[in-house]
Amino acid sequence: MSESRQEWPLWEVFVRSKSGLDHKHCGSLHAPDAKMAIQMARDVYTRRQEGTSVWVVRSEHIVASDPGDKDMYFDPAEDKVYRHPTFYALPKAVDHM
Amino acid sequence: MAAVQGSIQVSAAPNVQYLLRIGDSALILAQRTCEWAGHAPVLEEDIALANMALDLLGQARALLTRAGQLEGSGYDEDQLAFLREARDYRNVTLVELPRGDFAMTQLRNVVMATFFKLLWQRLATSSDSELAAIAGKAVKEARYHQQHAADWVIRLAGGTDESRKRTECALAELWRYTAELFASDAVDNYAAEAQLGPRWGELREPWLHEMTQILDEAGLQPHADTPFLSTGKNGAHSEHMGLLLAEMQHLQRAYPGGVW
Repeated sequence: MSESRQEWPLWEVFVRSKSGLDHKHCGSLHAPDAKMAIQMARDVYTRRQEGTSVWVVRSEHIVASDPGDKDMYFDPAEDKVYRHPTFYALPKAVDHM
Repeated sequence: MAAVQGSIQVSAAPNVQYLLRIGDSALILAQRTCEWAGHAPVLEEDIALANMALDLLGQARALLTRAGQLEGSGYDEDQLAFLREARDYRNVTLVELPRGDFAMTQLRNVVMATFFKLLWQRLATSSDSELAAIAGKAVKEARYHQQHAADWVIRLAGGTDESRKRTECALAELWRYTAELFASDAVDNYAAEAQLGPRWGELREPWLHEMTQILDEAGLQPHADTPFLSTGKNGAHSEHMGLLLAEMQHLQRAYPGGVW
């Protein structure tokens, strides 16, 4: 596929709302390259003070699980409550974990 | 009760005039930039341009409010923005020219953002603490406006034959209007002596330096000086100003004091 005459590539945008928190996916946009994608992300997704940092990544670089694998991948975790570490008595000194 | 709101006239005091030159230039550039809403080539840039227009509008509001306080007749930002005649606006002519195509818009934006950035940097130490506070906030906005517009000018100049041609046309069309930005007069002399702000002429050298760097990256060059000098700062505007104001003022004139 020749890219020159196509629409600009799609980018996924991740915004960190304040320092210490993680970047959260908040949407996507079209931009010709990384530099412009960052500017567009700033203009489209942080105009109401939503962020202190943005990441962008080309959508095509994200590898996603196949929705068809959902049963096989995620359902088996349903009845394995023992995987939550809530069955152990914690020493008082540990407090909140 | 009058059906149409009449016009106001403001003091010719140099401190008021100095503030109006900045405030009106921001206001009229905001109006022109707003014209792209719904018309930019891509949605993302549509929003970017609207953001920048609103930054400029915010700056204009603060400056007109301050000008109104210094003026002494009790005019607020809305009255100053909407109730003057064309000859009483003090914006540079460059900002009132029609928005043209995308190349024209981005080139004008980089010219003005570079100028505003340098001006705000100097105004941050103004003897008027109110103005200094406005400048401290605005300089960050201008830095982004400059980066964004410069980026586009470089891309357009290095893009297709068509985008290069249009960028060259924009430069040829707009460059001669930049002389007005740096033509200092009695208002500038007053501002410099009162330490209100710099003579605009003092900004020419750093402005030309930054513009030359940006144009160089775009494979373009500043044009030579010409004797042409536009005179918007003194109220003598181009034929475009009346139409611009007709649209901008319509609501306040037809519905005096109307608010959202």
